[in-house]
Amino acid sequence: MRPVRIIVAKVGLDGHDRGVKVVARALRDAGYEVIYTGLRQTPEMVVDAALQEDAQVIGLSIHSGAHMTLFPAVVQELKRRKATDIVVFGGGIIPDDDVAALKKQGVEQLFTPGTPLQEIVDWLRKRFPEESR
Amino acid sequence: MASWWCWGTTSPYAFWAGSELNEADLETRFRSGDTRALARAISLVERRDPSVRALEATLRPKGQAPGVVGFTGAPGTGKSTLVDGVVALLRKRENSVAVLATDPNSPFTGGAILGDRIRMQRHALDPKVFIRSMGARGHLGGLSLATREAIRLLWAFGFDQVVIETVGVGQSELEVAAVADTTVVVLTPNLGDGVQMIKAGILEIADIFVVNKADLDGHARVVTELRSMLSLAPKGNWKPPILATVAARQDGLEDLWEAVLAHRRHLESSGRGRQLAEQRLRDETAEVAAEIARERIRRALADDPALSARLLDTGTPYGTAEEILDRGR
Repeated sequence: MRPVRIIVAKVGLDGHDRGVKVVARALRDAGYEVIYTGLRQTPEMVVDAALQEDAQVIGLSIHSGAHMTLFPAVVQELKRRKATDIVVFGGGIIPDDDVAALKKQGVEQLFTPGTPLQEIVDWLRKRFPEESR
Repeated sequence: MASWWCWGTTSPYAFWAGSELNEADLETRFRSGDTRALARAISLVERRDPSVRALEATLRPKGQAPGVVGFTGAPGTGKSTLVDGVVALLRKRENSVAVLATDPNSPFTGGAILGDRIRMQRHALDPKVFIRSMGARGHLGGLSLATREAIRLLWAFGFDQVVIETVGVGQSELEVAAVADTTVVVLTPNLGDGVQMIKAGILEIADIFVVNKADLDGHARVVTELRSMLSLAPKGNWKPPILATVAARQDGLEDLWEAVLAHRRHLESSGRGRQLAEQRLRDETAEVAAEIARERIRRALADDPALSARLLDTGTPYGTAEEILDRGR
């Protein structure tokens, strides 16, 4: 079976990665292979890492408020690299209106503060049922 | 070309049909230098998927085999930072570099956090640098088999140098030594006293010692202890050098790379390199045979309930295994 590999990344200038590390750990404990790429990534870097790592999923985290620019930029970069089969999800302080707008732009799922970790795991399980973890 | 990928009944790719990396044109895309095709081929190798064989059979190595250097050491000794520095140095010399970084998987859930890329971000957009994180996944001999095959793929893709990195906490560093031409063991000050140094295992695989974080107190003591330990070692033709580095400041990396090159020249001139290469091919063949046998036995037991019933009755795994293997194909 194909193990699900997930890139988790902090995009933009936001220097706070406590949350993304907690999520990374929860995904690890759920049996996923998580590749954490560190702070201050550009959309190009994130997509490049996803291609080199043969990841099926990109999880983005942001707290700086630049999600409306940076999340769609990652989706666009995936289009440019012809890799739209890679699923993008995101998390952070994102107002409801923006959640709807981001989903329209190709971010499949968004998790806002207070989301139980299990909810993220459940979503991945449902999204990738064929694969082993 | 379609024949190979409908090969197993359990192709994990059925649902990938229509995605943008079509498995059928993996080979074409690999040949055209598409990173994603290389990445996918490594995934196939990593999980021992036989569908990659057809691709491997068509690939011809490009030019000279890449030099393979492996870095191992305890967590936190600065391996990733060292590798990052070595990559920078090699890029200055216009070598293309592939990094295979191994981190452990949880033995309980199979999950892993692979974080070696964090220290290597300055190479993120360099098309001549390819970084791949591999989970050790805990399978028998699987890491060295997968790594060897991955190196062959990187060779066919045209990389000049391959750097392998692994955490030396168990046996995975031995697998690295079995794959790399040159094994660098990374130590730091304050890892423990002299007795730690003479414990079996990690020190015996070193072709080169690096004492990293040499700006910290105590580095001179580590060097002294290493020296005295090495003076007790059986005299070989190659005496592992001990180098001090401060990887975070790129200090000592030129000397380190010179030592790697000196070791390569030694392998070449002493004939040891050839010996190693032959030994490795033999080992690899034995490992592949074991893998094939394991799979055949698993399948035979799954497909033949009478046989498994008999195994449970008589309880002789050895006899049952021989019976299955004697059946021939």
